[in-house]
Amino acid sequence: MVDVTPGAIDGIPPAEVPEMDLYHPHSWWTKYVFSQDAKVIAIQYSGTAIAIGMVALVLSWLMRLQLGFPGTFDFITPEAYYQFITMHGMIMVVYLLTALFLGGFGNYLIPLMVGARDMVFPYANMLSYWIYLLAVLVLVASFFAPGGPTGAGWTLYPPQAIMSGTPGGQQSGIILMLVSLILFVIGFTMGGLNYVVTVLQARTRGMTLMRLPLTVWGIFTATVMALLAFPALLVACIMMLFDRLLGTSFFMPAVVELGQQLQTNGGSPILFQHLFWFFGHPEVYIVALPAFGIVSDLISTHARKNIFGYRMMVWAIVGIGALSFIVWAHHMYVSGMDPYFGFFFATTTLIIAVPTAIKVYNWVLTLWRGDIHLTIPMLFALAFIVTFVNGGLTGLFLGNVVVDVPLSDTMFVVAHFHMVMGVAPITVIFGAIYHWYPKITGRMLNQALGQFHFWMTFVGAYLIFFPMHYVGLMGVPRRYSELGDMALMTESAHQLNAFISIMAFIVGFAQLVFLFNLIWSIRHGKEAGPNPWRATTLEWQTEHTPPQHGNFGKQLPIVYRWAYDYSVPGAKEDFIAQNDPGEYGSPGGHA
Amino acid sequence: MTVIVVVLMVVFGIAGWWLSQQRLMSKPWLEAGSVAAFPGTESGSMPMAKVGLGVFLAVVGCLFALFTSAYSMRMEYADWSAPPVPPLLWINTGILLLSSVALHCALIAARNGQTELVRLGLATAGLTAIAFLIGQIVVWRELEANGHFLTANPANAFFYLITGMHGLHILGGLAGLARTTSRAWGPDPAPAKLTLSVELCAMYWHFLLIVWLALFLVLAGWAERFIGVCRQLLT
Repeated sequence: MVDVTPGAIDGIPPAEVPEMDLYHPHSWWTKYVFSQDAKVIAIQYSGTAIAIGMVALVLSWLMRLQLGFPGTFDFITPEAYYQFITMHGMIMVVYLLTALFLGGFGNYLIPLMVGARDMVFPYANMLSYWIYLLAVLVLVASFFAPGGPTGAGWTLYPPQAIMSGTPGGQQSGIILMLVSLILFVIGFTMGGLNYVVTVLQARTRGMTLMRLPLTVWGIFTATVMALLAFPALLVACIMMLFDRLLGTSFFMPAVVELGQQLQTNGGSPILFQHLFWFFGHPEVYIVALPAFGIVSDLISTHARKNIFGYRMMVWAIVGIGALSFIVWAHHMYVSGMDPYFGFFFATTTLIIAVPTAIKVYNWVLTLWRGDIHLTIPMLFALAFIVTFVNGGLTGLFLGNVVVDVPLSDTMFVVAHFHMVMGVAPITVIFGAIYHWYPKITGRMLNQALGQFHFWMTFVGAYLIFFPMHYVGLMGVPRRYSELGDMALMTESAHQLNAFISIMAFIVGFAQLVFLFNLIWSIRHGKEAGPNPWRATTLEWQTEHTPPQHGNFGKQLPIVYRWAYDYSVPGAKEDFIAQNDPGEYGSPGGHA
Repeated sequence: MTVIVVVLMVVFGIAGWWLSQQRLMSKPWLEAGSVAAFPGTESGSMPMAKVGLGVFLAVVGCLFALFTSAYSMRMEYADWSAPPVPPLLWINTGILLLSSVALHCALIAARNGQTELVRLGLATAGLTAIAFLIGQIVVWRELEANGHFLTANPANAFFYLITGMHGLHILGGLAGLARTTSRAWGPDPAPAKLTLSVELCAMYWHFLLIVWLALFLVLAGWAERFIGVCRQLLT
């Protein structure tokens, strides 16, 4: 194995790298399949994540069929419904969002944006993807296992998760789920080490931390958090696997099931909840922080204005990252834990809203009096701000114990987290794809199809999730496949449910237009040129588009300024690239 | 969850100290120009593999802190009865200590370029680590023979789980040690690469030794007694 980085023992990579030092793969297999190039790995990660995400989309349709038109479809049994919600949630949160933001965008953008030739441990990076793929395949295999996938809900709470009343509980469904998660954590750790060390050690000359684009700050901080939080999921999964396979009682209390006393005794289900949410709450910010970073760059670039309060943005990212580790128990107000705990966690939850609000203000102030270009990335970025504020506000409701207790386990909670953790990050993913696609393929995505996709997605998502808040306020609980004619299921609740289901189908089909656009534009899109958005960051200044292996030709760029020099008074153009020396000497003439 | 929160505080403290060295108060929009004007803000000059291992050890530390957290949370229940500490564990601890010392000797020898001593140190470390693993398995057999089965009660399950996870990490370390050892016996061991390689092994070994000592304190119940004494002093 030849490393791209010239030897892991040298500190900073030298600016000049002779041609033969770059590891160029020669066969088709090492170039496109078992590639150690972060850009290829990024595309592999993204492709796999989007593919499994489509499965989760179809599962959400099946779920909505049942909720909108209960009793119409015979094949959706209550057991099948549980399996649909479980797999939909797990896939979307872990296998789509986490993998796409960190494995996809992280791999593609970190080396290019910090001015490195590749990730620092390319071999571990390649392994990371293949272990992720294995995790996805194990997950998919559970659909075909006897008894089907697990139906325990995405939180997999014991004891029900491993009991016979839950689909897959006493069959292989839950085992495959836990094994898949364990694999995911191992694979992610390999990739995560790469992202962190690349940012720490492989920045090009002149790229100080305070000159990093916010995208890198977001992905970097999220990766650090993920490295510290995923072990909690690993611990929970290993212990539950012991309970299920070896008959231990970590989480299983003494249970009488159908008149039979089970073997287990003395386990603590609430211990699992603590471990799960110790991972689960940072996970929300693991998805949100890369989105924050990316959206900052999109707004600055497409409003041709420097980001407002860059320092504040960096501090807020770091602050949110640290605080998110001490709010986990706000998911457990109704679990029977000590009420004083609830008071403490409600306070920390409200505190974390402060840095988050700072970020929202700064985005809005960046837009203020900017030269706003309503390109498709910008439209998605604007949609993100609005959606994130909406979802964040209902989060403040739910963070308070007295409000959370009546609303807990209703559709209001479902609407809340779909706004803040579903729609908001997904709009950033779309915006980022429209923004960086020209760099990845050399061609623009189709403008008209993009407009159609944006408006269908944005308006449609609101038509789905706004009514869901009302359904929740009526008291309709989540996780029930059918409520029949209970008093709380009024005529209007039924009508809203049917409306939401129809909208879910329309929005889902709009995503097929996006997929078509992705594939069609590879060949037929407009030629993009090296820097179609006239952006400042290093990935747009590469010698080739798409960038070749080694990223920057023979010489690594030298950075002279921060990432947000847009519309500088007196400058020739309305942007100055980060590696433009300007009045500070000629390129290569570095002191 | 106190244990993991404390460990995280330590990790955040180190991260915060490092960040405070990075001129986070600077105003990058006013500071265009060559980086030579801002010393100390370039990429670090430590070897990448060492930084990588450091980050990985933080992750491993979190993992064991979480196991310990779960252990201490469950310990508070009334029905808790921990298995006895087999005396063999003391011997195993000594062997692991020996292994760490051997690796440290190998590291010093590598820095001085004494290839023969490096080989001796690496071989000793490897063999003692294997002896530690065998010793742990013997402890398991002993406990089982005395009726402390895995499923008998949660305290037993925790004992097997935590010692097992620690053993797995030693096993993974042995794979790395094997690579280093084969390099030391190779035809032309490049001194810089070999030294780094031995240094990484030594870092990992010392870390796992510290983790083991902490786990031993917890599993034997001394940590609990110590905290109890502290509480009494405070109240």
